[in-house]
Amino acid sequence: MEADAIKFLGAGLAAIGAGLAALGVGNVFAAFLQGALRNPSAAAGQQGNMFIGFAAAELLGLLAFVVAVLLIFVA
Amino acid sequence: MAQAGKIDPMHQFEVQTIFNIPLGDHVLPFTNSALWMIVAAVALFVFMIGGMKQQAIPGRWQMAVEGFTGFIDKLLAANIGHEGRKYLPYVFSLFMFILFANVVGLLPFGLIGLHPFTVTSHFTVTGVLAIASFSIVLIVGLFKHGLRFFSLFAPKGTPIPVLLLVAPIEFVSFMVRPFSLALRLFVAMTAGHILLKVLAGFIINSTATGAGIGVLVSVPSFALMVGVSALEMLVAGVQAYVFALLTSLYINDAVHLHDHH
Repeated sequence: MEADAIKFLGAGLAAIGAGLAALGVGNVFAAFLQGALRNPSAAAGQQGNMFIGFAAAELLGLLAFVVAVLLIFVA
Repeated sequence: MAQAGKIDPMHQFEVQTIFNIPLGDHVLPFTNSALWMIVAAVALFVFMIGGMKQQAIPGRWQMAVEGFTGFIDKLLAANIGHEGRKYLPYVFSLFMFILFANVVGLLPFGLIGLHPFTVTSHFTVTGVLAIASFSIVLIVGLFKHGLRFFSLFAPKGTPIPVLLLVAPIEFVSFMVRPFSLALRLFVAMTAGHILLKVLAGFIINSTATGAGIGVLVSVPSFALMVGVSALEMLVAGVQAYVFALLTSLYINDAVHLHDHH
C-alpha cells in the first residue's frame, strides 16, 4: 500500500475514537439524569461535577480528532 | 484536503495580514486574528458598560450582565469557597472573552461580505489563555504555601510504596493541564467550523453538477447545517463554561491543596 493510503486509513480509524468518546459523553449525561430524577433536590449541586466528567470524556474524543488531522495535514 | 474540491474547509483558519504597523526596524503585522480579537473585546466592553448602571430596579440589559456575573460568582463560591471572590475578575474576564470570541466567530457576517474569524480556533490563542490560568495556579500556590505546594503531588495518608507510583502520575497530570485546557477549546471550535464548511461545500458542489443531484444532496445537508449550527452555539457556551470551571478547579487546588472537598 502507498504511504498516503495508510495515512488516510489511520485517519479513518481515528474516527472510531471520536465515536467511542460520544458513548462516554452520552454516558455522563445519562448517569446524571438518572441520578437527578431519583433525587431532584441534589441535582443542582452536582451540575459542576457533571461538566467535569463531560470535559474529561470529551477531551479524549477531541484527541482522536487531533490525531486524524495530524495524519492528514502534517504527517 | 484541497484537491477534493474547489472549497477548502481549512481556508477559514488562515491568518492573513491586513496591514503592517512599522515599529523601528521591524514591522508588526495586524492580522485578521487581531482584528476579531478586538471585535470580541469591544463587543464585550459595550455589553458590560451598558449593564453597569447599578440601578436599584435593574432593566433588561443590567439583568443580563448581572446574570453572567452572578453565574461566575456562584461557580467560584461552589468550587473555591470564600477565597473565590478574589479570582472573580480573572475568571469572569476569561469566561466572557472566550464566550464572545466563540459567538462572534459563529455569527453570519458572511452575509454582508465580511469574513468572520474564530479567534479561539487557534492553538496559539487558547494556549496563551491556558498558560495565564496555569501561571496563576503556580503563583498563587507557591506564594500561599511555599514549598508545601508540592504536597499537591502526594495525597495525604498515602503509603510510601504507593506514593512512588502516585506522585509521578499526579505530577504528569498536573503538567498536562494547560495543554488539555488549550487543546479542548481549540479543537472543539475547529472541528465544528470544519464540519459546517464541509456541509456547505456539499451544497455548492452538488448544485454545480445538476439540479436533480443538487436538490437530493443539498436539502438534507442544509437541514443538518441548521442543526449543527444550533449545536455549535451550545458548544460555544459550554466550552467557555468548561474553561472557566476547570480554571476555578485548578485555582482551588492551589488555594486549598488537598485539604478542601
